[in-house]
Amino acid sequence: MLATIGKRLVTVIPTLIGVIIVTFLLTRVLPGDPAVYFAGPAATPQSIADIRKQLGFDRPLPEQFLRYVNDLAHGNFGNSLSTGRPVSTEITSRLPASAELTLTGLLLSMLIAVPLGVLAAVRQGSWIDHLCRIVATVGVSLPVFFTGLLLVYIFYFRLGWAPAPIGRLDVFYTAPAQYTGFYLIDSLLTGDFEAFRAALSQLLLPALTLGIFSLAPIARMTRASMLAVLASDFVRTARASGLKTSTVIITYAFRNAMLPVVTTLGMVFSFLLGANVLVEKVFAWPGIGSYAVEALIASDFAPVQGFVLTMAILYVALNMAIDVLYGIIDPRVRLEG
Amino acid sequence: MNESATIISQAAAVVLKRQRNSMLRHARYVVSENPVTGFAFTLFVLIALCALIGPYVVPYNPLASDTTVTLKPPSLEHWFGTDQLGRDIFSRVVVATRLDFVIALASVALVFAMGGFAGVAAGYFGGWTDRIVSRIADTIMAFPLFVLAMGIVAALGNTVTNIVIATAIINFPLYARVARAEANVRREAGFVQAARLSGNGEFRIPLMHILPNIMPIMMVQISLTMGYAILNAAGLSFIGLGVRPPTPEWGIMVAEGAANIISGEWWIALFPGAALMLAVFCFNLLGDGLRDLVDPQRRT
Amino acid sequence: MLKRTVPARDGKTLPLLDVQNLTVEFQTRRGVVRAVEQINLTVAKSETVGIVGESGSGKSVTSYAVMRILDRAGRIVDGTVIFSGMDLRAAAEAEMRDMRGREISMIFQNPRAALNPIRKIGKQIEDVLLQHAQVDTYQVSEKAVEMLNLVRIARPRERYHAYPFELSGGMCQRVVIALALACKPQLLIADEPTTGLDVTTQKAVMDLVVELTQQRGMSTILITHDLGLAAAYCDRVVVMEKGHIVETADSDAIFKDPAHPYTRKLMRATPRLGVSLRELLPEDQGERAKAAPPAKETVPKDALLFVENLVKEYPRQGRGPVLGRLFGKRPLPESENFRAVDGITFSIARGESVGLVGESGCGKSTTSMMVMRLIEKSAGSIIFDGEDIGKFPARHFAKLPMRKRIQMVFQDPTDSLNPRFTAARAIADPLLRLAGMPRRRLRACCEELAQQVGLPLELLDRFPHQLSGGQKARVGIARAIALKPDLIILDEPTAALDVSVQAIVLNLLQDLKDSLGISYLFVSHDLNVVRLLCNRVIVMRAGKIVEEGPTKRVLAKPQAEYTRDLLAAIPHPPL
Repeated sequence: MLATIGKRLVTVIPTLIGVIIVTFLLTRVLPGDPAVYFAGPAATPQSIADIRKQLGFDRPLPEQFLRYVNDLAHGNFGNSLSTGRPVSTEITSRLPASAELTLTGLLLSMLIAVPLGVLAAVRQGSWIDHLCRIVATVGVSLPVFFTGLLLVYIFYFRLGWAPAPIGRLDVFYTAPAQYTGFYLIDSLLTGDFEAFRAALSQLLLPALTLGIFSLAPIARMTRASMLAVLASDFVRTARASGLKTSTVIITYAFRNAMLPVVTTLGMVFSFLLGANVLVEKVFAWPGIGSYAVEALIASDFAPVQGFVLTMAILYVALNMAIDVLYGIIDPRVRLEG
Repeated sequence: MNESATIISQAAAVVLKRQRNSMLRHARYVVSENPVTGFAFTLFVLIALCALIGPYVVPYNPLASDTTVTLKPPSLEHWFGTDQLGRDIFSRVVVATRLDFVIALASVALVFAMGGFAGVAAGYFGGWTDRIVSRIADTIMAFPLFVLAMGIVAALGNTVTNIVIATAIINFPLYARVARAEANVRREAGFVQAARLSGNGEFRIPLMHILPNIMPIMMVQISLTMGYAILNAAGLSFIGLGVRPPTPEWGIMVAEGAANIISGEWWIALFPGAALMLAVFCFNLLGDGLRDLVDPQRRT
Repeated sequence: MLKRTVPARDGKTLPLLDVQNLTVEFQTRRGVVRAVEQINLTVAKSETVGIVGESGSGKSVTSYAVMRILDRAGRIVDGTVIFSGMDLRAAAEAEMRDMRGREISMIFQNPRAALNPIRKIGKQIEDVLLQHAQVDTYQVSEKAVEMLNLVRIARPRERYHAYPFELSGGMCQRVVIALALACKPQLLIADEPTTGLDVTTQKAVMDLVVELTQQRGMSTILITHDLGLAAAYCDRVVVMEKGHIVETADSDAIFKDPAHPYTRKLMRATPRLGVSLRELLPEDQGERAKAAPPAKETVPKDALLFVENLVKEYPRQGRGPVLGRLFGKRPLPESENFRAVDGITFSIARGESVGLVGESGCGKSTTSMMVMRLIEKSAGSIIFDGEDIGKFPARHFAKLPMRKRIQMVFQDPTDSLNPRFTAARAIADPLLRLAGMPRRRLRACCEELAQQVGLPLELLDRFPHQLSGGQKARVGIARAIALKPDLIILDEPTAALDVSVQAIVLNLLQDLKDSLGISYLFVSHDLNVVRLLCNRVIVMRAGKIVEEGPTKRVLAKPQAEYTRDLLAAIPHPPL
């Protein structure tokens, strides 16, 4: 088991190197003088020259790269122009908000999509099968920001069920004590049920938006995978041996069908992390996505670079976790090395 | 020749004589067999028409603002209502079709050329070609794709061309992977060995023998990616990257209408969003229909 | 070979399985298809019945219908199925589930695919045992190990924890047999259980099945396309064609004196001892075709192909020694490389037909690929017509003029034809690339070739998926002879064909060889086919040649023990 994880870690290193190189290059392909971008729109020629010296833009490229890597190793992602604070601090403080949103959204979608896909495959041709296929096709076509706006219109403006989309908590409530940074978990840990309820009601619509967005690929993959497995030879053997339908579906079909679904999760995470940015803008969610968008509007480049790098590292870690999970389910990968 | 084979071949000759115009016939058969494909195809034609002649037939100038009719709900004069600057939303939605369509088309064409050829070469030749292409694809895939697009457009500059380039780059791994996998499967297939025996050289085989065989699958990918490219462009515009106001583009129009949703003026964001959805939906459905058309194995 | 003792049958005992007027339909895109029509079949206690037929005969569908595990699209529309007095057609699904595995069991083709790839085999046996409440949860593991032992799997306690991908094909089939017999059913249905297995493994598996079923007094239905197998292992044989039963009789009677013309055609077409190629064809055609010249036994002096010390090595997969030591494992005891072909020497003369025989993994296909110059050799020489063709890299060989003179007919006709080329285009490809033929002459040439191989001209514009197996095989042969090569390598060219089509294609190959003077290297695992077509035969095992000589001599008086084992393992009908 440890050997598998160890091997995966080794393969991840070249990927990380690639990521760091690409994010480094992002600043260096800026048209014109990069120092201007980092100095900001209101800079004087003197401050631009200062920034250039300070950030080392006058040095040869390889030396710049080494400086960059050195900075990263010390957790220095540069400073934000608009707030003046270090980018790394801002990102770490905002990360839990984005994480809570994304994970809740994913959880919601899996709770619906997986059973939907399984049922659609088991009862092929029934209404649930048609429903699943419609959901999958329509779901992939819906722009995530559009879904978010629609939900706000229906549930906030028309029905008044949901609170205003102004962030994680209404102004009347205070955030619970910081254990994990996840308001839901923290409020439960401190026993503050009022805060829990408030945080949950604010979280619901944006999480639902993300959930609807990721519903389609997961349902589609689950259905296709289940169908393929149900038609396979070993399920035929299981049936011919007289095993109960529930055993056949759960022990024999479902576990095998989950393998491609786990692989798809990697792609789904890629979409989710991107959709996160859009949803945070719609719901004014104080996560790292909105941080980057605000920085973009203000032509503040360092936060954008830090954001891209953080997302990439997160994604690499997630993919590694998925690989390990796959290895747990599928012994062929484990034992054949 | 034994008797049964003779009978079969005579029947075959009769059937074949009737199938002179097989391609058109097959198209008609596919469309009639699956009404959904027919619907998608009609929708596609509609969208293409909008893109082509839309700007010439819309009732209002999409850029003309009229402060006397701001924020009016849909009515007979303004089918989709007006926005904060008094511009007619219907005209803007129709004119925006061209921009989004062209962005999608350009990026897909670009990525098909790059990714398709790179993938086939990697899958067929293996070795260093494979390693380099896979390394590039893996590095791109290491990023959440939309985030990478954001980064690229932010770095290169806020223009439509850069949206096209960014979309092409983030779709490269998908095309390369699909093409590579398909080429890899066929690399040692019997007919490829036979092609070598017939004197086909190592560059001719991937081009003339393998690529035509994987076209159906690439076609499905192209159609699906068209939809994804539109969503991507709209998403980037929504957060302010790429397309700038007052250019009519679906994503930016939804952004402009987003603030008004809370005050109840739903039409500003809804119509461009619905148009977006419809276009992407059409391309997704079309992907399946296209595959049926191009793949000879589906012909009866 | 174990032959069953046929139980005495009296008219009074009810049969175990009684199928009357069974009709099964399938819903397809092109409408309703009748797979099986008005089938009558009985199986008595302790009896083994064989259902024999070619592809599309409906033999598998019948057994699926009995067990009611038909596809979604399939329906039983008429007839009765009575098992042990119980009406299976009317039974509820819950009752059927009880029956399956406990009273009636089935084993399938392709055993590795028949097992759950991510579940330990011991657990899979336990699932069946627990489902039918054969034993309580404390003893179920013991029982599973017992079953593994029963099917002769070595070290059953260890192998209990194995996954299917860690076992060989033969072992997987044994596990499937263990699954099927775990609950001591009364009837076992074996659907092509040995297709895809080596001949020696096939014999081992069939003997095991016979032994176990005899021990328990079970009845068996053996579904197969291999007449020899049916003859060797069945008491009675039922012959099916296109969904109908054409003949039912005791196996002795059916082989010695078949009544129905289709049965006679099948009998004739089966390659066996003592018949010539022409005698494989249906009676009317065999007489019309002129008699084939007898196979030459003496070897002409000039060698067309001379292969010396040919070696092919592949680097072993898995951890190299360095990485292995890094993770604290012992270094691999065997050598770094795996020798698929381990230094073989043989020759083929002009106009000669040489058979290359062996079981899977022996290196015969690798050898033929190297001679074809499709893969590189690791060592040794390949001299063709005096020239060392081994020195040209495989990549560049396609462009050399030598390419024209060595061609190949592939095993899988479907795989070897480009799905996007019509038959005419496929046949024309070598003419275009190597003979530089102008396009206007191309069509005439293709038609000429089509006629030579007996392909109807109207089929030339069809795509491969519109052609039958035999027609595709003909296209492959036409393509191979297009350039009038000196040597054709045939890699199991008839393995994927029905036996009656095989007879026609083999005769075609012989005729072409005689009229065009081509040499053949015929690679096969089927000794009976090799016997008919080849002057000399080479037997390979584990990358080495174990025996070589004139076909008649090697097959009548084999000198190597392995050859004797191979011959003994072939099931054949009584003479």
